[in-house]
Amino acid sequence: MITSAFEYARPGSVDEAQALLTKFGDDAKVIAGGQSLIPLMRLRLSQPTALIDIQGIGDLKQVRRDNGTVEIGALVRHVDIQRNATLRETLPILVEMANDVGDNQVRNLGTIGGVIAHGDAAGDYNALALMLDAEIVTNKRRHQARDFYRDIFTTVLEHDEVVTAVRFPVSTGRFAYTKFRRRLYDWAIAGVAVQETGSSWRVGYVNLARTPRRGTAVEAALAGGASAADAAAQIGSDIDPTGDVRATAEYKRHLAQVLTQRTLQQATSPA
Amino acid sequence: MAVTTMIGARVQRREDPKLITGHGHYIDDVTLVNMAHMSVVRSPHPHARIKSIDTAAALASKGVVAVLTYKDFKPVILGPIPVTNSFVPDKKQVPEQFPIAADEAVYAGEPVAVIIANDRYLADDAAQLVAVDYEPLPAVMDLEKAMAEGSPLVKSDRPDNIGWDASFPSGDIDAAFAEAEVTVKERIGQQRLFPTAMETRGCVADWVPFDNRVTLWTSTQVPHFIRLFVGGALGVPESQFRVISHDVGGGFGAKLRPYPEEYLATAASKICRRPVKWIEDRTESLQATTHGRGQVFDLEVAAKRDGTLLGLRFTQLLDIGAYHGVFSAFQVVACLLGGGCYDWKAINARSIGVFTNRMSTDPYRGAGRPEATHLVERAVDLVAREIGMDPAEIRRKNFVKTFPHTNNFGLVYDSGDYEKSLDRALENIGYPALRKRQEELRAQGRYMGIGFSTWVEICGLGPSSATAPAAGIALVESSMVRVHPTGSVTVSVGTHSHGQSHETTFAQIVADQLGVPMESVEIRHGDTGDTPFGYGTYGSRSLAVGGMAIVASCHKVVEKARKLAAHAFEASEDDIVVDQGRYFVRGNPAEAKVLAELAFASYGAGLPEGMEQGLEAVSYFDPPNFVWPFGCHICAVEVDPETGAVTIDRYVAVDDCGNVINPMVVDGQLHGGIAQGISQALFEEVQYDDETGQMLTGTLLDYLVPTMAEMPDFELDRTVTPSPTNELGVKGIGEAGTIASSAAVINAITDALAPFGIKHVEMPARPDRLWSMIKEARA
Amino acid sequence: MTQPVALTINGRQREDRVEPRLLLVHYLREVAGLTGTHIACDTSQCGACTVMIDGEAVKSCSVFAVQADGRSVTTIEGLADGGTLHPVQQAFWDEHGLQCGFCTPGFIMAAAYLLQQNPTPTDDEIERGLEGNLCRCTGYTNIKKAVRSASRAMNGGAADIAGHAATAVASSVEG
Repeated sequence: MITSAFEYARPGSVDEAQALLTKFGDDAKVIAGGQSLIPLMRLRLSQPTALIDIQGIGDLKQVRRDNGTVEIGALVRHVDIQRNATLRETLPILVEMANDVGDNQVRNLGTIGGVIAHGDAAGDYNALALMLDAEIVTNKRRHQARDFYRDIFTTVLEHDEVVTAVRFPVSTGRFAYTKFRRRLYDWAIAGVAVQETGSSWRVGYVNLARTPRRGTAVEAALAGGASAADAAAQIGSDIDPTGDVRATAEYKRHLAQVLTQRTLQQATSPA
Repeated sequence: MAVTTMIGARVQRREDPKLITGHGHYIDDVTLVNMAHMSVVRSPHPHARIKSIDTAAALASKGVVAVLTYKDFKPVILGPIPVTNSFVPDKKQVPEQFPIAADEAVYAGEPVAVIIANDRYLADDAAQLVAVDYEPLPAVMDLEKAMAEGSPLVKSDRPDNIGWDASFPSGDIDAAFAEAEVTVKERIGQQRLFPTAMETRGCVADWVPFDNRVTLWTSTQVPHFIRLFVGGALGVPESQFRVISHDVGGGFGAKLRPYPEEYLATAASKICRRPVKWIEDRTESLQATTHGRGQVFDLEVAAKRDGTLLGLRFTQLLDIGAYHGVFSAFQVVACLLGGGCYDWKAINARSIGVFTNRMSTDPYRGAGRPEATHLVERAVDLVAREIGMDPAEIRRKNFVKTFPHTNNFGLVYDSGDYEKSLDRALENIGYPALRKRQEELRAQGRYMGIGFSTWVEICGLGPSSATAPAAGIALVESSMVRVHPTGSVTVSVGTHSHGQSHETTFAQIVADQLGVPMESVEIRHGDTGDTPFGYGTYGSRSLAVGGMAIVASCHKVVEKARKLAAHAFEASEDDIVVDQGRYFVRGNPAEAKVLAELAFASYGAGLPEGMEQGLEAVSYFDPPNFVWPFGCHICAVEVDPETGAVTIDRYVAVDDCGNVINPMVVDGQLHGGIAQGISQALFEEVQYDDETGQMLTGTLLDYLVPTMAEMPDFELDRTVTPSPTNELGVKGIGEAGTIASSAAVINAITDALAPFGIKHVEMPARPDRLWSMIKEARA
Repeated sequence: MTQPVALTINGRQREDRVEPRLLLVHYLREVAGLTGTHIACDTSQCGACTVMIDGEAVKSCSVFAVQADGRSVTTIEGLADGGTLHPVQQAFWDEHGLQCGFCTPGFIMAAAYLLQQNPTPTDDEIERGLEGNLCRCTGYTNIKKAVRSASRAMNGGAADIAGHAATAVASSVEG
């Protein structure tokens, strides 16, 4: 199908973008890589009246390490993450996730800021942001990831708010990410990320509830010395999957537990 | 047949240079001056009464030329969409389908209005503005409920929901079951599939005002059918209706019928006095292009403890959709082939076609034969499991071994050697070692399985003696071979190539038959303006029937050339030797004339007494029988019992399609065919919400066409058992892979899960489905 | 309402006025007249529309022409160097990597990009590199073969990949 008509503007700065969002009103949308938005527009499931294309805002394309934090500009693309030396050192789990996002063509356009702003529970980076207590920086404020995701495709972002960066704590401990899907380039039916931070483990869940989820109960079990299998068995309310065309809810719950155990074992097994 | 360099050679495709450089000419590449664009407003409901349609807002929308509904088309389109009576001449009811809904929409995606606008963007905008007042009616979605007394009706003017109910008895089935030492029963589904040619459908219709000549460019496998039926319904004789189908991006059976949009675009062109273009979106295509399969088989097998198969009894329930597909009843052929490549004392089959509020099902790669193979190959495995026999050995024991073989329904298998392909496949996969490996893995708690599919199929449709009574059409094929004055050759055919490589393989045949360089042979197809009437390409028929029509024309050309040579050499015709395009008097090969010289002479003066100028021939070929390719596929899988994920470790296939014109092309057809069957076994299914009848897999995001990463490497090999029914000794291969492969995969999965006592797995073998079965078995 | 765009397509500059909602693939096909780039889905699954923007493979059905303003686009028509096929095109021909040909331009562009990034991919890397493209005819066997064959040819000293497409912009992000 063809998208409905819209106005288009390409601001040169974040301030200008905010002004344009105000000018065009509630049905205006920011577009970065457009890899989630444009397919929705082509199905007319999204019909924005204006697109504010932020691709020209140069300072959103940086990756900076700042002591214990690594800040990733909103316009950093999946392919940039895959190739970035700083990220490979400071946040290798993100690089691993980026390798599994979409396909080459999607990775060449899609951005981390787009994934965060879209707030999709299936967006791999959202679970990582949540589990690592990342900060989401916008033109107006800084959000703690734990306060950011509200509901399905819904975040706390206001209409004239533009995601400019995501700040992750440098995380160099052992990690693993498992993305279970039936076709290589699909969204996860279930995704499980685990990251060792200091002496504890963080666990994140992709597409296992209406929002990304952190594996709080599993983490607690691990902190208490539980084995991977025993910790995984604590998954309980960490997730809340629903059935869909891909799989039943019951299966997803079981799968999440199996993958939790396996992902923990993978992270801790000698390379 | 003369041994030559061309037949059997791995010749690179002549189709490719334009296609790999972006110079193909597909339907969306057709542009005409002053062309308008059509967007189709479709019913979102599986079943609804159309109370009113308000077109005012759409008509006022920017760039809109016209908004047309049933009442506008009724005076222009004079007849319904045709339905053939394949195999079930005693159809209970054949409701007429008009290309656009009048007052009752009976499947989601049925056209209810069309927008004609200056460009496709504006047409889509206006389509959103058509206000249709629907009164939703109960949707009939379940086959068994649809058959029950008092079921809601798919369409309110029908007596019930039964399209056909046909029985196919053969032999004394009761005696076979009375003799049985073991019987097994199973219900085996064939889920609905989207054929999913990469190019969606589309057409451009140009009805020239006052001239009343019509050209319709359309993405189809059957240009001559389209001309016959669409032209007929619009009152245009064939002589004034030209259908052009240039490059077509795949068909797989879903482009072998006239569709509503071809009628609507052509009629709209007449009404609006402008060329009209319509290109189907993918989302639209998944609703509006015919689906495949959609069947359920209940079967029961009678056998002896030593593995001897005795009797097979089964019922095919076929989900017709809301209207008969043009060829949907062809899929009843599954009943006639349900015995596969085995000897049976008796087979009793029954087919019931049931209407539902869904898109029509119609042939999809294999059409009836994948279903037959899947059911019989599963049936044989069920018996083998029951009596503890190796699946290879039960097959070997029951194979048909002498040919020609007349099956239970009187169909004559032309030639075969089923043991040979089985043995070769066993050898290629290293069967004993693989079984040993399976034992070792089981001891480690890993679940590997080996699955067989020893398949045979009917193709090369078809001898008119069989197809005319069964299908109402003769299914012969045509060719015209014209040698031009300086020796180049144009061959026009009634078949259509959309990936099958006819431009290459047919040229190989002609080069061989006429003894001319392949470069001088041009194959033309897909334009009714310059090709003889043909039935088109489907059913793996193009080579065995169309190829033979070419051979027949080549024979006529050679015979005339021989006369010309005899005249030139002042010799008797009987003394003329023809050797790879050189004509000479026996004993004097040094003084020869090549075909080009004779062709030049044929257009000149001084011809033999009574001979007309020119060197060309037209032929229609009506084969004496079907052809019956066969083979053996063996698949090895591993199932992860915790996630239900299936990994294909090996896929070995040994196939036999008789003589091979171009091995590269044959292997390519097998690769693609096998992939589609594997995909049915593991990935694809059209899903609906049982309550609302809404389709849930409406995009390629949700309908899982696999990527390269999901496909195993195929290990191909072949045996060659020529068909005795045609001079080329060829059979068909276009559908073979698909016919064979789903059973091999599912048999491998059930073998892997045998330790859990799991005997049957439905398609697709989704991870969640397998996990649930394992969990239940463990409980 | 239209707005101006300036793009370089296959090395040639052009300027047009377009509606913002015009997809790049429709711009290429219907404005620039380059119909080799195909459309086979609405949701970015099939990859038939793959072209390169500034040397990077993208799906041109998921980009608006206005977003590509000022960029350089390479389509299937721009891949061959004059009369000489690009090694990936040659390999698809040699290995029977296509049947109906509809997905082929997208596959060739995606494969050319893959080999530009990774001149000697393993089979696993080929699968990952072409995961964004669907083919319904070939079962992918011969496409994989074609990529292997092109890789060999290109590493035997054949022409630079992607012709006049710009080299990858891996350095656009400061690490």
